[in-house]
Amino acid sequence: MDIQLTEEQELLRSSIQRFLREQYDFGERCKIVATDEGWSRRHWKSFAELGLCAAPFQESSGGLGGGSLATMIVMREFGSNLVVEPYFETVVLAGGLIEDVASPAQREAYLPQLMAGESIWALAWAEARSRYDFSNVDTTAQRQGESYVLSGAKAAVIAAPWADKLIVSARTSGGPRDRSGISLFVVDRHSPNLHLQGFRTIDGRRAAEMTLMNVEVPASQLLGTEGDGVAALEACRDRAIAALCAEAVGAMGALNSATLEYSKTRKQFGVALGTFQVLQHRMVDMFIALEESVSLTQHLNLSLASKKPNGSKLASGAKTKVGYAARFVAEQAVQLHGGMGMSDELNVGHYFKRISSINVQFGDPAYHLMRYAQQS
Amino acid sequence: MELDLSSEDAAFRDEVRAFIAENYPAEMRVTNPETDLTKEQSLLWHRILHEKGWIAPLWPREYGGPGWSIMRRFIFEQETSRAGTLPPLPFSVTMVGPVIYTFGNDAQKKKFLPRILSGEDWWCQGYSEPGSGSDLASVRTKAVRDGDQYVVSGHKTWTTLAQHADWIFCLVRTDSSAKPQAGISFLLIDMKSPGVTVRPIITIDGSHEVNDVFLEDVRVPAENLIGEENKGWTYAKFLLGNERTSMAGIGRSTRYLARLKQIVKTEVGEDDPAFGEFIREIARVELDVLALEATELRIVAQMSRGIDPGPAASLFKIRGTEIFQRITDLTHQAIGNYGLAIREHPVSANRFMPGPDYGHTATEKYLNSRKLSIYGGSNEIQRNIIAKAVLGL
Repeated sequence: MDIQLTEEQELLRSSIQRFLREQYDFGERCKIVATDEGWSRRHWKSFAELGLCAAPFQESSGGLGGGSLATMIVMREFGSNLVVEPYFETVVLAGGLIEDVASPAQREAYLPQLMAGESIWALAWAEARSRYDFSNVDTTAQRQGESYVLSGAKAAVIAAPWADKLIVSARTSGGPRDRSGISLFVVDRHSPNLHLQGFRTIDGRRAAEMTLMNVEVPASQLLGTEGDGVAALEACRDRAIAALCAEAVGAMGALNSATLEYSKTRKQFGVALGTFQVLQHRMVDMFIALEESVSLTQHLNLSLASKKPNGSKLASGAKTKVGYAARFVAEQAVQLHGGMGMSDELNVGHYFKRISSINVQFGDPAYHLMRYAQQS
Repeated sequence: MELDLSSEDAAFRDEVRAFIAENYPAEMRVTNPETDLTKEQSLLWHRILHEKGWIAPLWPREYGGPGWSIMRRFIFEQETSRAGTLPPLPFSVTMVGPVIYTFGNDAQKKKFLPRILSGEDWWCQGYSEPGSGSDLASVRTKAVRDGDQYVVSGHKTWTTLAQHADWIFCLVRTDSSAKPQAGISFLLIDMKSPGVTVRPIITIDGSHEVNDVFLEDVRVPAENLIGEENKGWTYAKFLLGNERTSMAGIGRSTRYLARLKQIVKTEVGEDDPAFGEFIREIARVELDVLALEATELRIVAQMSRGIDPGPAASLFKIRGTEIFQRITDLTHQAIGNYGLAIREHPVSANRFMPGPDYGHTATEKYLNSRKLSIYGGSNEIQRNIIAKAVLGL
């Protein structure tokens, strides 16, 4: 089941690796995070030029046709370099939804700009009380002539403060927590009556609380079939999980290398840390955690690429297994680095925080464990 | 869990409880007292306890301690910690104070002890160095005798709250030819001395608790040497014994567990797939706390009968820190999507923080508590101590 990369995929991977090695070391990343916007438009432009923004999309949509394996390759490299630019939000979440459910006219309207790196997107599905349930939506959208009018509040929308477009879920019919009746809308971030309150996230990104007070959206910006938003979001979540698992795998790989290196050079009681058996066994467990995560991430991405049944159950399984594995690796990497692991100056803590963030996004491992169990 | 107390001890417990309820400063009840209080604010409770004569439960009466039995000391610790009071700075009262009254000379006792009790002097601990980690005997900071002074050069790190400190107690190497443990001395250094520089270290939770302390040719009067030259390791070990006794943290874990239950009740509906998982995990941690508390009470009872607890402190440190880490982890999970947010430091009411108040410190607590299994002798080191001292391996 090991994935042998095609020549094209290998080229994609090596070009990202080269770019990140030359232009996106940890020092550069810290500088980017410290800026007001918290991401670099210059690097974003380079990503687009490397073809990363177009990589997963079908050729018929103007993309490079790489599918979920291309996303996996990109996200793993981004994970090992802690890239903060909104690739996941723009390309994986919004781009994936557009490709999946948008009308041909909408695809034509949104995708070329998105693939060219000219528009940033964010997905607003969560609400203060929704936890990880897509149908638990209090925001409403009412049809008025040729428009929908949206009212409500969305929570913790990553990348929203500087996104150009937002995809917002709202209830168009049905009662609280009904599965049907949720619809998705493309909302311009500068729409009148849309208010954002930005904040910093645990992993150095920016997110916002969003309030919509009678925000008017043209009916042409309804994304997918009215009332079918939950199914679209569920498919989106499967793709999101596949991408986040790949990113986690990249971060785990970086943590394992850093920890191994440190254990060989750092001396305690006159000998290298790595000579202590208890720490050797710990690092072996970290190695095993990574191997299993790589395998499951590949398995999930292959299943999604070939549209195998049960993909969604597998996604929950991977989110759980990779989530716990990544947390174990992150915690032990901090522990084995000792006080240095607690310092904000070292990259180890930042991987830890990114993994913590990944574990929260789209449901934590405990949530997906039970979802996996219930799907049996 | 409650102790079976004599009526006198029960009356004492009630007195402590009432005193806390009446006197703990409202100003100190902030979201996260460890990081959100100014130096002056964090000393308020210290001063109140000092006035009451309760600031130094460990200390013998002749030096200003209250002369409590082991049981009363434990009751006091239990009540103050259950009530969520900010403990007085441990480096002053729990650490350097006992070293000074046990190994210091009369002049040192007279000079330093009253100022520790009153809170006038804020102490920090100059033990760790870059590269030393849990191997404290590897200390490289040098002190060279020059007439009636020592000239000290070196770099101390992870120095907690050094930014507020008036004094630092340091392990320094006075004999580099001796075996690592044999050439160390215990020196008290005025932080205002020329050549002392403090540089903040920001930790992964964004807070500023720890620092680098650079010592460049700092001239220290020889009268600030504790005990004998090159005997510092003995004093250092004595001090570490005190550091590790209070690490079970039952009161703190109990409070955070109660808070976690409230958060789960509000945040996680019974129809949430993870609801059962939370209930199970919380029950597990609660049993861990119960077992550790029972162990602590058993050992306190043994100590009251004059039995040496041996390396029980290592057991408390291991389990106490693991339990608290687990509670902060579950709390972070419980707040769901808002677990993505983290407060910006220095904390200010002007900075927007999303989600309900009870979740505002969940993320930073989770991150900050990673240090617990590292500092004060890592949990791996504590396991080595038990393996050697208890199991004889």
